[in-house]
Amino acid sequence: MNYLNENIDSLNKKLKDGEISAESLAKDTIENIKKTDEKLNAWITVKEDAKPAENLDFNANKLAGIPIAIKDNIITNGIKTTAASHMLYNYMPMYDATVISKLKKAQATIVGKTNLDEFAMGSSTEHSYYGATHNPWNLDKVPGGSSGGSAAAVASGQVVAALGSDTGGSIRQPAAFNGIFGIKPTYGRVSRWGLIAFGSSLDQIGVMTKRVKDSAEVLNVIAGSDEHDSTVSEKEVPDFTSFIGQDVKGLRVAVPKEYMDAVSGEMREVIQKQIDSLKDAGAIINEVSLPHTKYVVPDYYIIASSEASSNLQRYDGIRYGYRAKDTKNLLDVYVKSRSEGFGTEVKRRIMLGSFALSAGSYDRFFRQAAKVRTLICDDFDKIFAENDVIVGPTITEPAFGIGEEVSDPIKMYNNDILTISANLAGVPAASVPAGLVDGMPVGLQIMAKRFDEGNVFKTADFIERTNKFYEKTPAGMED
Amino acid sequence: MKITKENINHVAKLSRLEFSDDVIDSFTKQMGDIINMADQLAEVDTEGVEETVQVVDRDTVYRQDKPQHWESRAELMENVPEKADGFIKVPVIIDKDDNE
Repeated sequence: MNYLNENIDSLNKKLKDGEISAESLAKDTIENIKKTDEKLNAWITVKEDAKPAENLDFNANKLAGIPIAIKDNIITNGIKTTAASHMLYNYMPMYDATVISKLKKAQATIVGKTNLDEFAMGSSTEHSYYGATHNPWNLDKVPGGSSGGSAAAVASGQVVAALGSDTGGSIRQPAAFNGIFGIKPTYGRVSRWGLIAFGSSLDQIGVMTKRVKDSAEVLNVIAGSDEHDSTVSEKEVPDFTSFIGQDVKGLRVAVPKEYMDAVSGEMREVIQKQIDSLKDAGAIINEVSLPHTKYVVPDYYIIASSEASSNLQRYDGIRYGYRAKDTKNLLDVYVKSRSEGFGTEVKRRIMLGSFALSAGSYDRFFRQAAKVRTLICDDFDKIFAENDVIVGPTITEPAFGIGEEVSDPIKMYNNDILTISANLAGVPAASVPAGLVDGMPVGLQIMAKRFDEGNVFKTADFIERTNKFYEKTPAGMED
Repeated sequence: MKITKENINHVAKLSRLEFSDDVIDSFTKQMGDIINMADQLAEVDTEGVEETVQVVDRDTVYRQDKPQHWESRAELMENVPEKADGFIKVPVIIDKDDNE
């Protein structure tokens, strides 16, 4: 089973009409993953015995019997969860993340766990203990990251939908690199309980699908308050599919000049074409400024790494995960297990975070970064006082080659310049396919004010209907 | 800002990490570059600006302190790397050789 020409509605109809059974759907999906994943390495664990829920209700639950992929930093009861780290190579969770419980309640079939940069730290899925994932459009290119496995799995038609997580662009950048849709909801829209913590004030679970409406269907299921996560809003969750199929006449669209200046040539033309199509349909286009854009990369790397250095203290080799051999005392267990269990990029981030929080550096680094974050939030507030959405490129360039940037962390960090701000400000943001540049997909980013995913879906769906990118299939998967 | 090997070893100690002699020089240089990139923030005028450390729309949330019974001790212990007689096993806390 390959999902390149399917969506949740088409699958739901086939299941309802008895044209296919949920059992065979699960079986065929896993067979196809095993066949195609030799090329991609998009998966860490495939649940070979995945079975659909019992008493499936295809009318009440759109996701009933639909196979779904889960990024391997989201805890799944009874399915190994590694965060792509040697540190958690054998970790078997004994509970489900809230999003997993909600998917199970909606009768979706969890078919396995996808590859990522270790602990979601990276922009290429090369920093994985389980090896790099390949981009289905060109197997020599990266799929982006950190949700690169989920993105490649969806883009190659292995699954119709996948969960990802986004701390600084980890859903949107791989969505753009793979020619699919991906949404990071508002911070506080989806419970983080059971998401392996990286940067707790920035992390958010979201959805990656080929079609915009499919993400609305999945977000409908996973969003909403949770007694296990007190940062989740108690605001009512609208039916996100109600924003599909609307027109954009009168929609106030802000285009930040700093974002457009970050792209050139064919890349800029493709993005401009999407903005022009909004204008032609009656949207009001306003050029705006996000003046602190040049500071978002340092700001983010200080804040995210500081939070990471704190969150990753728990990995000490005592209660679960990797423990070093031949240790002489307890301190030695901690130091050796961490030094052998974490990969280079994770160590860099822990070190940067510990440095930024340490005596003598705290004011100059962490406190200053927290203040600059306020200025970045203010920039967004000003724009959203007069606009419904902010639109621009998701990425500065299409996917780069595997191995090209992995030894240059600063270059790698700058990949996130256009996606980071949405996490710092907590606003919802998505990437929708815009077109191809040199044969590789690029994405249009859409942001809206906090808890206004509706306008993100409305705009993305309009772009999808207009450019019909979904008709294209990834070239790298052809034999 | 100059980052030295001593700075890196100090932060490594705080982070419960260690770096071997053959990587410490290149790692020090790389961390120095990253820290200097981060130090660009010093240019921004933040006089009188409040800090933002979270972006949630709720104040402190309280819940009842209710104990919950988990029937899963055996499962929990399955994740433990070293165990003995149903307990988590660790090496001696103070190494005798180090304290002679």
